[in-house]
Amino acid sequence: GINAEYGGKTMFGRFSTRINKKLIPTTRTLHRFYAKPGGLSFELTEEQEALKNLARNFSRQKILPKAAELDKNGEFPKDLIKEAHELGLMNTHVGEAYGGLGLGIQESCIVAEELAYGCSGVSTAILANELAQVPVILGGSEEQKKKYLGRCVDEPISVSYAVTEPGCGSDVAGIKTKAEKQGDKWILNGQKMWITNAGHANWFFVLARTDPNAKAGKAFTGFVVEADSPGITLGRKEINMGQRASDTRGVSFDNVVVPDANRLSEVGVGFKLAMGAFDRTRPPVAASAVGLAQRALDEAIKYAKERKTMGTEIINHQAVSIMLAEMAIGIQESRLLTQLSAYEIDNGRRNTLYASMAKARAGDVANKAAADAVQIFGGNGFNTEYPVEKLMRDAKIFQIYEGTAQIQRLIITRELANLYG
Amino acid sequence: MSLRILVPVKRVIDYAVKIRIKSDRSGVETANVKMSMNPFDEIAVEEAVRLKEKGLVAEIIAVSMGNQQCQETLRSAMALGADRSIHVETDKELQPLAVAKILQSLAKTENTNLLVLGKQAIDDDCNQTGQIVAGLLGWPQGTFASKIELSDDKKSLTVKREVDVGLETLRLMLPSVITCDLRLNEPRFAKLSEIMKARKKPIVKKTPEELGVDVEPRIKILKVEEPPTRPPGVKVDSVHALFDKLVEHGFV
Repeated sequence: GINAEYGGKTMFGRFSTRINKKLIPTTRTLHRFYAKPGGLSFELTEEQEALKNLARNFSRQKILPKAAELDKNGEFPKDLIKEAHELGLMNTHVGEAYGGLGLGIQESCIVAEELAYGCSGVSTAILANELAQVPVILGGSEEQKKKYLGRCVDEPISVSYAVTEPGCGSDVAGIKTKAEKQGDKWILNGQKMWITNAGHANWFFVLARTDPNAKAGKAFTGFVVEADSPGITLGRKEINMGQRASDTRGVSFDNVVVPDANRLSEVGVGFKLAMGAFDRTRPPVAASAVGLAQRALDEAIKYAKERKTMGTEIINHQAVSIMLAEMAIGIQESRLLTQLSAYEIDNGRRNTLYASMAKARAGDVANKAAADAVQIFGGNGFNTEYPVEKLMRDAKIFQIYEGTAQIQRLIITRELANLYG
Repeated sequence: MSLRILVPVKRVIDYAVKIRIKSDRSGVETANVKMSMNPFDEIAVEEAVRLKEKGLVAEIIAVSMGNQQCQETLRSAMALGADRSIHVETDKELQPLAVAKILQSLAKTENTNLLVLGKQAIDDDCNQTGQIVAGLLGWPQGTFASKIELSDDKKSLTVKREVDVGLETLRLMLPSVITCDLRLNEPRFAKLSEIMKARKKPIVKKTPEELGVDVEPRIKILKVEEPPTRPPGVKVDSVHALFDKLVEHGFV
């Protein structure tokens, strides 16, 4: 816990000038006191504005009209992925040396929010690549980056981040998939579950246990595994509550041979690689939740301005308008937190606290906003002819994947505790 | 001969925005309102780019007139495929005659042989600039174009026009002026890489004074009002009642 004792226990009592050091934040402080020319700004740059317009136009003109149909038949949005790739909306964060634009997480967030507005299932299918790419970016050698990131830039492939197992989600330290060294190869055995894009992946980032006895920080290693490796079996496409256009499956690895050249970084640093990815991917996931919430609000307001009951448009009934106001507050605060978390990491600072705060808040806001939108639509909201029931089903996963709402709060507490000396 | 295309692009209130009239009735509220390239101008740029992709065009020059923010519109045009831009900077209100005179001057200095415009701007709906500049230059015009084709000898254009009675096909000798209608093409989304590249394409600034053009408005807008609100209708519950009402109001 955080000890907050005021004053020291000296003969001068509470007039003592000795302040308990525990109250003074350490250098990793919540409020940084650095001077930057220009100070706070809430403006986008011209490029960011252009990127936002591109993502928005693509999302609202191409993704949105197809969302209901893709949700119904669960079809993988290959054409939309291809178009997003052509427009440069995928792989924005891949470095210029590997063919990408080398943009920041702020730009990823801008794209994520706009795409998720159209359909968060499609945006997950498009953007899940980023999660798999980050361990390669953080831990890959130049050849590995050129090869595996280059492939993503050259063609509209999908790739997957395979860490979760049937028995371990939040408990990453408990994963059982193992990699055993044999000569200059590794033999991979185990099972992963809920792997996004698995059915269409070109390669997987796999976290496997390489030391059965070591603690979590040293026991795991990350590998890039080619999807056509013999011994990989894909499960069926899971039928989920929402984001149904996204493809999630179980994946089995049965004596899969992985060359040592595919090992990412040193043996034993896999856990750090896998977890380090989240600082870069939680902000865009939070942004996606914001996009969904914004869609819920827009649909609810439009409806509330048209639907009339008891002699007036329902937006004039305070019970409805208060719900809309709460939705709007939640969206703006989640967006600001997300932007801050992206800003911190783009400026080279550790953003774990803010990324978790953003993801925690945005997930909750998305769920409440979508549920309230259904409520505002009333009976119509419950019906599949109207767009909001899909939003409610899609929203739930934002409280689960990329670190559950509960895990986020544990991370936040741990980060806060570390802030005080 | 290769086409040298000049495409004017106008920065207007975005088509999706719900506009409001200023409280003093002098015009439409533009402060803090989303602005975009005039949709018909996007179609014009797209057509120029498609001709370029067929290998028929030497250069596409985009031009916009107004304050500093026109440069955003020019960057969009270059992201779509224009090679370079001209920003004619002025704070004065520009009406079609002034715009046409500026285009006339630029078409001469830039050696343009094809002027491609949107048929009208969605803020003033004038539908005049293309026609006026064609008259000033003495060039043939194909307005409301829904299809454009360059002849094999590259000396003329075949233009299908949408007119009230249907489709009219014209052949225009180059140099000529085209104004674009909705069904001419569907503009592409600019790729992100093109948007980034457009940052480096050149924008040259000019002023109407440099070009020797007097841009004083010839028409004064006295007031701008919203259209009268539609009076509420009356619901009737049978065809007979409907007929009676129509007779009552003198429509039948």
